[in-house]
Amino acid sequence: MSLRLPEGGLLIDRSAPVRFSFNGKTLRGFKGDTLASALIAANRRMVGRSFKYHRPRGIVASGGEEPNALMNLGEGARFEPNQRATTTEIFNGLKARSQNHWPSLEFDIGAINNRLSRFFPAGFYYKTFMKPQWAWKHVFEPIIRRSAGLGQVPSERDSDRYEYFYAYTDILIIGAGIAGLEAALEAGRSGAKVLVLEQAAHIGGRAMVDDVEIDGRDGPAHIAAVKAALDALPNVTLRTRTQGAGVFDHGYALGYERVNDHAPANTPRHRLWRIRAKRIITATGALERTLNFAGNDIPGVMLASAVRDYVQLYGATPGTRTVVVTNNDDAYQTALTLHKAGLDVPLIIDARPQGGGAWSAKAVAAGIRVETGHAVAGVNGKKHVTSVEICLQSGTGGAVETVDCDCVAMSGGFSPVVHLWSHCGGKLNWDEENAMFAPDPNRPPTDQNGEGFVIAAGSAFGALKTAACIASARAAARQAAEEVGRSLAEEAAARQVQTADEAPMAAIWSMPARAPYKLRAKTWLDFQNDVKVSDVQLAAREGYESVEHTKRYTTLGMATDQGKLSNINGLAVLAGSLGAEIPDVGTTTFRPPYTPVSLGAIAGEAAGKLFKPTRKTAIDGWHKAHGAIFEPVADWRRAYAYLAKGESLQEAITREIIATRKSVGLFDASTLGKIVVKGPDAGRFLDLLYTNMMSTLKPGKCRYGLMCNENGFLMDDGVVARLDEDTFLCHTTTGGSDRIHAHMEEWLQTEWWDLKVFTANLTEQFSQIAVVGPKARKVLEALGGLDASRDALPFMGFVEGELAGIKARVFRISFSGELSYEVAVPNSQGLLMWNLLLQAGAAHDITPYGTEALHVMRAEKGFVVVGDESDGTVTPLDLNMSWAVSKKKEDFIGKRGMQRSFLTAENRKQLVGLRPLDDKVKLPEAAHAVENGKAIGHVTSTYFSPTLGHPIAMALINGGLGRMGEVLEFPVAGTVHKAEVVDPVFYDKTGARQDV
Amino acid sequence: MLILRCPCCGITAEETEFHGGGEAHIKRHAAASSDAAFATYMFERKNPKGVVFERWRHVYGCGKWFHAARCAATLEIFGTYSAQTVRPPKKIITAIKARRPDWEETK
Repeated sequence: MSLRLPEGGLLIDRSAPVRFSFNGKTLRGFKGDTLASALIAANRRMVGRSFKYHRPRGIVASGGEEPNALMNLGEGARFEPNQRATTTEIFNGLKARSQNHWPSLEFDIGAINNRLSRFFPAGFYYKTFMKPQWAWKHVFEPIIRRSAGLGQVPSERDSDRYEYFYAYTDILIIGAGIAGLEAALEAGRSGAKVLVLEQAAHIGGRAMVDDVEIDGRDGPAHIAAVKAALDALPNVTLRTRTQGAGVFDHGYALGYERVNDHAPANTPRHRLWRIRAKRIITATGALERTLNFAGNDIPGVMLASAVRDYVQLYGATPGTRTVVVTNNDDAYQTALTLHKAGLDVPLIIDARPQGGGAWSAKAVAAGIRVETGHAVAGVNGKKHVTSVEICLQSGTGGAVETVDCDCVAMSGGFSPVVHLWSHCGGKLNWDEENAMFAPDPNRPPTDQNGEGFVIAAGSAFGALKTAACIASARAAARQAAEEVGRSLAEEAAARQVQTADEAPMAAIWSMPARAPYKLRAKTWLDFQNDVKVSDVQLAAREGYESVEHTKRYTTLGMATDQGKLSNINGLAVLAGSLGAEIPDVGTTTFRPPYTPVSLGAIAGEAAGKLFKPTRKTAIDGWHKAHGAIFEPVADWRRAYAYLAKGESLQEAITREIIATRKSVGLFDASTLGKIVVKGPDAGRFLDLLYTNMMSTLKPGKCRYGLMCNENGFLMDDGVVARLDEDTFLCHTTTGGSDRIHAHMEEWLQTEWWDLKVFTANLTEQFSQIAVVGPKARKVLEALGGLDASRDALPFMGFVEGELAGIKARVFRISFSGELSYEVAVPNSQGLLMWNLLLQAGAAHDITPYGTEALHVMRAEKGFVVVGDESDGTVTPLDLNMSWAVSKKKEDFIGKRGMQRSFLTAENRKQLVGLRPLDDKVKLPEAAHAVENGKAIGHVTSTYFSPTLGHPIAMALINGGLGRMGEVLEFPVAGTVHKAEVVDPVFYDKTGARQDV
Repeated sequence: MLILRCPCCGITAEETEFHGGGEAHIKRHAAASSDAAFATYMFERKNPKGVVFERWRHVYGCGKWFHAARCAATLEIFGTYSAQTVRPPKKIITAIKARRPDWEETK
């Protein structure tokens, strides 16, 4: 049976049918339908199951507050779980599937939880999954994992594009209902730049469905008139399908635009608006609350305003025979709308003894039965409502009558949408008359000038009635316009509003008032997470007094809807249980975004190759063309090894090392940081920066140095060359260049600003190529132009000159223990120099090597790598480098920190070498040494040494220096590796090879 | 996301152009300091709910460090000033007092 009405539906185009599928079955709707309205029209009442008890769930709301109708949408690379049917517009080919059931929506095994619900009370997890400890891994965690989560995780990479959009405006208005549009018009007339965001595809809000006349026009006509006036203002921009998702510091706001979700196209799917506004008007309306009666979660029980929306906007009715239950006048409009559409309304249950105002009278006049002072005692039906039991509101739920129906429209009153007001600290007042929290205009969020920058307007301000709503919107706009420095246009005549007089609402937090446990245990607060009135009351009895604690204990409001429907009811129940007033219990914190924003939108363009730029050296193209396997090092990519044809990785590394140690190797060291420190105080500054003395370095010489942070922990190392009396060139690690430059600047600018020193990061200005091995000198001599002899260019010296006609600076420094020259040339000459060196070295079988060969060779020599042997908790002393820590200097960064007792303790972890007993097996990375059941240290570097023909490793071991010769055990995955503690310098202990 | 003005280059920019550096005007206790003085210097921060003095660097701009006086509770900015000072300048103190009459500078 179709529940599409023969006529009506402001938003649908009946001439444009749309075919979509739900759970594999093809259904039909119209252009303009949401998935929810199309499912309602197709008489699909059960659309999912709840999280904990797997109870049948139907559509409750018509907007972003919907807790139940969450869908898996799309497939493959466009699959997305947990999408709200109420905010999903249908299009031809849309595929939707319901969630959280197996094997099918109608028959679900997990629903067994529902029968066992009395064994799953509030805090079930905390109470049950305690002991024994072993059960966590084998019983509890697998159970929790299987039952956790609603939708499925996408299996493919998202194929859509996303983008950011930056917008600057005087006034941002969030929401394009009566208030938002009125505010836009008023603010627009002042000449201010105005941006209006509306999350729905249409504007108008409640004006589209409410019984109201403004300036002689009905709601839709009024909205059309205001829209036409706005269109004439070039300074006003209105965007639909764009949610004001969050309000942040100093007028920053996020907009979430769903560009093509309603009509897939080759455009960015979502656009994240990053908005700066001088003033923000939140005209976000109000959300209707549910009523707390037993069975209020059964499919077919819906918000009264949503029922009206489906009929008025989409010409679809959730039921043919609807019982309305309310504590306020608004729901009478729903009854009248249904009645007007020719649908049966057998009964309006009004909890208020004295009943409602003018709409109530209209309903009675239309022949609708109204029972005041009554309540719902229970709802019958399993997968769908079949009837309601009614009782006296003041009683304990003794049913006096059963009324058949297929829909229940409930209204518990309205809560202003204060989320965006509250995101950045706006405070709330409790409005006793309407039983709601509303913005306190005297305590708004404040901007950089200490002035309030958010102004709430309309229902979002608590002005629920149309005339007050319009007046507050105008006032908000005039205030905002004035505050952004606009002169105000003369105010137009007040709008003439014709609507019904309303009787006051009554706060009803329990229906009936003295509902017994049996009913309270069937009365839902949070429909998605299955939190009932009885759960919150249990939490209160167990001592949960804070609303924030109760929320986490019961999971109330922690579902994907973030308690939009359940919060106020929940805290009213908590307040009742604690004997406290609602405002004293307070609300939980409202955090952005208002409804979930896609991760794609947050990532924007920064995905895949655009996530982060890759830094490449001038020689990168050569590496790529010659079999390089790359590894990322900081933001750089570096050649890890060069694979010759048919060669394995290990074979390549071994070949590169043997060739370098026997003859000559070539290495691209361009990524190392190069920072020039210049000025009359440069030496003094470097003495403060490095742990060793730098001011005594002679021009033309190099010195290896360590840098610590103020804690005394090693942070970087590298070779410093003194270019002249005033100028030093500091080499840093590849990852350290930007960080160390920033570190230098921080100390220069904020602590030692009296020092006359400049720094400049020249890392990318130079290519630096290491020529390494016994034949290195012969290669340089073959290039010519520069005396590379031991006398002219001794170890730890450097010269400037021309090499093969290219301006070069050549350093005699070594990270391999071999005779080694590092040739620095202008970056533009880097590739040329690389090729010239290759040609010159051809006679010696010159072999390019990668970072892995570099690492193996330095480990053979016992040289440390910052970040391998150090981890932010290691001092130079731990690495046996006290020789590089000056005792003469009065001060340097880290000196005081290093003197702390625990950093000078005897049994600290100390760097040692390890010689595995098994010549074939390399120790696993980061393996722990275990002694008497306790970890006493770990492997920091481990390699197979082709030079030595056996594996080697370095490790940090408790009191390691006193353990030389001991054999340590490294148990890993059922195997115990054994290694002897040895000197970390495995090769050429005297350093003879590098100093030739 | 705060808006700050770099007093060095004069540009007013979004927080993403800057990098926060924690509390300002911390006196360095190094070399021969006592354990207590060193611990205070390294680890103890005021973190008041109210007026704070902070270090910021205009990292995606002129690269200079500067200081900001700000209310941590309301996010009001009282002013920004050079980092090359051990005390907030008078102009900043006056600006704070104008907005927070009860506030006293802790020496």
